[in-house]
Amino acid sequence: MLIDAAKLEFKELNEKIRNADNDIELTSCIGQRFIAAGMDSKKLNIHGIPGNALGAYLNGAEISVHGNAQDAVGDTMNDGSIFVHGNIGDAAGYAMRGGRIYVKGNAGYRAGIHMKAYKEKHPTLVIGGSAGSFLGEYQAGGTIIVLGLNDEKKIVGNFPCTGMHGGKMFLRGRCKNIKFPGQVTTHIADDNDKKEIESTIRDFCNVFGINADEVLDSDFTVVLPDTNNPFKQMYVAN
Amino acid sequence: MAINYIYPEFEVIRNDARCIRCQVCERQCANEVHRLDEKRNVMLSDETKCVDCHRCVSLCPTKALKIVNHDCRFRENANWSNETIKEIYKQADSGGVLLSSMGNPKPLPVYWDKILINASQVTNPSIDPLREPMETKVFLGKKPDKIERDKDGKIMCKTPPQLELSMPVMFSAMSYGSISYNAHESLARAARELGIYYNTGEGGLHEDFYVYGENTIVQVASGRFGVYKDYLEAGAAVEIKMGQGAKPGIGGHLPGTKIVGDVSKTRMIPEGSDAISPAPHHDIYSIEDLRQLVFSLKEATEYKKPIIVKVAAVHNIAAIASGIARSGADIIAIDGFRGGTGAAPTRIRDNVGIPIELALASVDKRLRDEGIRNNVSLVVGGSIRSAADVVKAIALGADACYVATAALIAIGCHLCRTCQSGKCNWGIATQKPELVKRLNPDIGYKRLVNLMTAWKHEIKELMGGMGINSIEALRGNRLMLRGVGLNGKELEILGISHAGE
Repeated sequence: MLIDAAKLEFKELNEKIRNADNDIELTSCIGQRFIAAGMDSKKLNIHGIPGNALGAYLNGAEISVHGNAQDAVGDTMNDGSIFVHGNIGDAAGYAMRGGRIYVKGNAGYRAGIHMKAYKEKHPTLVIGGSAGSFLGEYQAGGTIIVLGLNDEKKIVGNFPCTGMHGGKMFLRGRCKNIKFPGQVTTHIADDNDKKEIESTIRDFCNVFGINADEVLDSDFTVVLPDTNNPFKQMYVAN
Repeated sequence: MAINYIYPEFEVIRNDARCIRCQVCERQCANEVHRLDEKRNVMLSDETKCVDCHRCVSLCPTKALKIVNHDCRFRENANWSNETIKEIYKQADSGGVLLSSMGNPKPLPVYWDKILINASQVTNPSIDPLREPMETKVFLGKKPDKIERDKDGKIMCKTPPQLELSMPVMFSAMSYGSISYNAHESLARAARELGIYYNTGEGGLHEDFYVYGENTIVQVASGRFGVYKDYLEAGAAVEIKMGQGAKPGIGGHLPGTKIVGDVSKTRMIPEGSDAISPAPHHDIYSIEDLRQLVFSLKEATEYKKPIIVKVAAVHNIAAIASGIARSGADIIAIDGFRGGTGAAPTRIRDNVGIPIELALASVDKRLRDEGIRNNVSLVVGGSIRSAADVVKAIALGADACYVATAALIAIGCHLCRTCQSGKCNWGIATQKPELVKRLNPDIGYKRLVNLMTAWKHEIKELMGGMGINSIEALRGNRLMLRGVGLNGKELEILGISHAGE
């Protein structure tokens, strides 16, 4: 089903999307917010630029954006897929608990912040280019991968992983120029680490038509939290 | 060994003539204060562990026990109190941030106690609630600006979503994790029977409690624990928690030791991992950002549920509330600085925020002055202790009140203020199965229903005395209030006259 988003306010547009059948082509998207909020099962192709909070609370649908996306993509997402064939704004995947967000280009600030995992739910955020500052703050679970495929000098901005207490982060390259906080440890990925992300990276490359072998033929820096209980020693009962 | 500077706060007084060595006290005390010395057949007490929760006192079959404040004090003076000295010793011992539970205990003004309610005499007769109908029902949510009629002249009832309360009181947010399963069940069942609402707090909604959804407010806070489609759809309203009266400006965390079993399942995070609610929402830096979260929740719930924004009462609360009223929120909840908590840094709890009475009065005035009062309903909490507090709050401008501490006391809390230990002997602030089962939800819910039924009758009596037969006619009716012993500035902020004026 084709929906022309031009001249539609977000409320109207989202109602149309809710009432549409399972396969939706959305054209002339021009900044409408909250597209596909809480959506369970549909497949949505977006042409143009969706506004903030695309796929918030997403619960199983598949969204492809043929262009850039703005802030708060996949906020508190529980399941499903979001593929962005361009760049993405700030706070992508905030508190996401399941599903995957793949970004071909770069991500803004605070990507993957407070990402979680629970039982069979294991969220994945893959950024093809570089990520802005504060990547993976408070990360509590899931996997964040930054590939730096655009030949950036520094693939992650300042202050990544502050407050990280779960999950795993993989940054392509040796990342000698990135400063990590005290509460995480880093090491160069061994074969087991790389095996863990190989299928995800192949999946990512498949979506965007990238040569996966070339991407995988590199060192990766693995970031892990020191502890699941960062505040344990901080308090005294009064 | 280092010297322990900290003496017991309480003394266990055991009447040995009455004690029958049954050891009930020993079995009941999760803090392990009591112990039988079998050789000498005498009950001993380790008072350093006593928290003054009175579990042993209540259950001692021969009433042989009492707990009293220890009169061995440090050498206090007006500046250096026993508390202050003790806190310094604790921090010097541990290097830790002081952590406390429940509301601000400091002797700061309780304005409710300095406000008096009017009654009719001679003119405009008072009303007897036993004889005449009294309306205590309230609707919370955005009210339409004008009445619209269709072409046949019939009123078009397209009101935004509302919460319907049989009386202007709700149980405020307490997460499953901070309180027990049985405490939550008591609150949920009581809310349903009373026709009011309880609130999940930021701990998700246990699968057993989805059946109470129509009487449940589900919370979304900075950690987003347990938030997903079904959860949002389960509740009657969604509350965005920006702040809490007991700890404005900071987040919270449930230690990994409490993230076990069902608590882990309900929060949707792994067992043993700290549940950290960061201080800010990472995506909210402005009213415009708040509007975005409000509308993302409205979209996700198809505009069927009112959205509440809860904030702590802080210095600039009137301007903040004005912003929230313009963010698309349907209800603003304001939590005063005496509000309770399962754990908060002592310094924050005791020194940050402002009294709810002043916050409420200035917010109500500001919203009325700006002509946006009917865009939102106002709910206030922290701390509402009685029907009289409720009536005063409504007259100051609130649509309804949130109560939590009073509700916990109803189900057995003795305000020992050690919730953070997780060893609540009353089965409330604990996840230990052997302690949780001490709170029987069949009894707990009934006690909550009793308390609220009593309050409802008292509210009606107070209203009747004023000659008012509908709670709507009391809301914002500050002429019904007078201050006593308040200075000019306080009266000005409260918008009331002094008694005698």
